[in-house]
Amino acid sequence: MAYGPKIIDHYENPRNVGSFGTQQEIKQRTDVGVGLVGAPECGDVMQLQIKVDQATGKIQDAKFKCFGCGSAIASSSLATEWLKGKTLDEGLAIKNTEIVQELSLPPVKIHCSVLAEDAIKAAIADYKTKNGIPVDDHDHEHAHH
Amino acid sequence: MALTLPIYLDHAATTPCDPRVVEAMLPYFTKVYGNPGSRNHRFGWEAEDGVDRARQQVAALLGANEKEIVFTSGATESNNLAIKGAAEMYEKASAGSGQCRGHIITCKIEHKAVLDPCKRLQKEGFEVTYLDPPRDGVITRAMVEAVLRPDTILVSLMWANNEIGTVSEIREIGALCHEREIVFHTDATQWAGKMPTNVERDNIDLLSMSGHKIYGPKGVGALYVRRRKPRVRLVAQVDGGGQERGFRSGTLNVTGIVGLGKACEIAMAEMDHEGERLLRLRKRLEQGIAGGLDHVQINGHADKRLPHITNISFGFVEGESLMMACKDIAMSSGSACTSASLEPSYVLKGLGIGDDLAHSSLRFSLGRWTTEAEVDYTVSKVVESVNRLRGLSPLYDMFKEGIDLTKIEWAHH
Ligand SMILES: Cc1ncc(COP(=O)(O)O)c(C=O)c1O
Ligand code: FES
Repeated sequence: MAYGPKIIDHYENPRNVGSFGTQQEIKQRTDVGVGLVGAPECGDVMQLQIKVDQATGKIQDAKFKCFGCGSAIASSSLATEWLKGKTLDEGLAIKNTEIVQELSLPPVKIHCSVLAEDAIKAAIADYKTKNGIPVDDHDHEHAHH
Repeated sequence: MALTLPIYLDHAATTPCDPRVVEAMLPYFTKVYGNPGSRNHRFGWEAEDGVDRARQQVAALLGANEKEIVFTSGATESNNLAIKGAAEMYEKASAGSGQCRGHIITCKIEHKAVLDPCKRLQKEGFEVTYLDPPRDGVITRAMVEAVLRPDTILVSLMWANNEIGTVSEIREIGALCHEREIVFHTDATQWAGKMPTNVERDNIDLLSMSGHKIYGPKGVGALYVRRRKPRVRLVAQVDGGGQERGFRSGTLNVTGIVGLGKACEIAMAEMDHEGERLLRLRKRLEQGIAGGLDHVQINGHADKRLPHITNISFGFVEGESLMMACKDIAMSSGSACTSASLEPSYVLKGLGIGDDLAHSSLRFSLGRWTTEAEVDYTVSKVVESVNRLRGLSPLYDMFKEGIDLTKIEWAHH
């Protein structure tokens, strides 16, 4: 199966790779939310971090790390780009189907985009929990498989 | 010599045809096109001569008699004929009797072309033991002996494994089967034509092989069927015109058979020299990669293995993304996260390698025209890509921070 140019671009030049600190530091930072989804045994683990400007409530910066196939790497890279500048609600509105469309992911790779949506939701939920903001049920809702 | 990309390191999947093989085949498409079954004109006789020569070439490679070679469409068909054909011939009770029709021994890391016929036989009243391989992948005589039963009628074990290249104790297991009068089949698809084979010395009753793994054409293979001490009989699985002494009906694939024969002849002549060369190259590849990276593991027994196949796990990096990084190099991934099932290779899992490492594994298989320059390019490309992907890997970060990855509560899908 050949990959589309956008997947390859994100895979070869991933945007916003990294982390806002060690796992320990991140846990303590209230301006950062982390989503860690997937499992090594499943062949995919995605870690997505958002840094929120606490004055405006907007996502100032986002970073990711990913153990997974090229499509998973591209999906998480794209997610960090899209998250920057968004409010939490706008972030929650990102759908895996939009990632599929933007990257032209083939059907067998849809679950990689699902993982990215799950990571976004988990990171926002983590931020909210840390800051005593109630987490809506639908925040946790699984992306559309 | 200049390096040309892409590089093909997937010879365990299939090999290019040797030009000498193609040359031997060509006249049989347009000049010697007769049906070897046509016994009353020269077109038929000439085609038959070509098939006869190929039969001798295959037999010579295996240390067999030419009357013991049955041509098939490949190793999948050879395995089906051997396993189903022997089970049906040597059954202890007939179908529908409600009794166990006989016991068969095989192994969990066999090719699907062995496992699936066995599964079908299970549905049809046979009992099958699937041996759990040890971590090094080598099946021994003692492992087989431990599960033998008075009603065991067939043992089927691959000579060399296609994913990790490890070699089992075939000669010893064959001896055991002969002592107990049990039919012994080996899927030698990856072994024959690469390593010295002698069905007498190695105590084999049935042996499957395939043309396209040994620089011959695709869609042709052979099954060796022992004719004496003991004579092994099979129930045919393809009925029709009675070709191949009734074992396998259908007009012979003359061009393919001629190509298979030529491929066997070349393999036999060049095996020793080629094996040494491939072993040197494989060691160069393994040492280059292991020397350039930490947390890599070569899967399967260190020495009991084919010269040209190696399977390497790269900790903290997912196999498919690594293949994408090395897109100029054709190899195969132990990870099958591409499928909806997210299942990693059942062979690596069967060895107890762990699903996480199984997702992080690549198989490199070298071939007749693989060069040192290609190996060196592969080493540097793999080392560079693993390092880059580890830079992206959350697991590598956690590992470096001293977090025990097995203690994390992963959200399993
Ligand atoms: C061990 C083994 N058995 C059987 C087969 C099937 O061979 P063929 O493609 O000739 O049917 C293969 C090749 O994929 C193999 O590696
Ligand atoms: S992460 Fe599983 S195929 Fe992409």
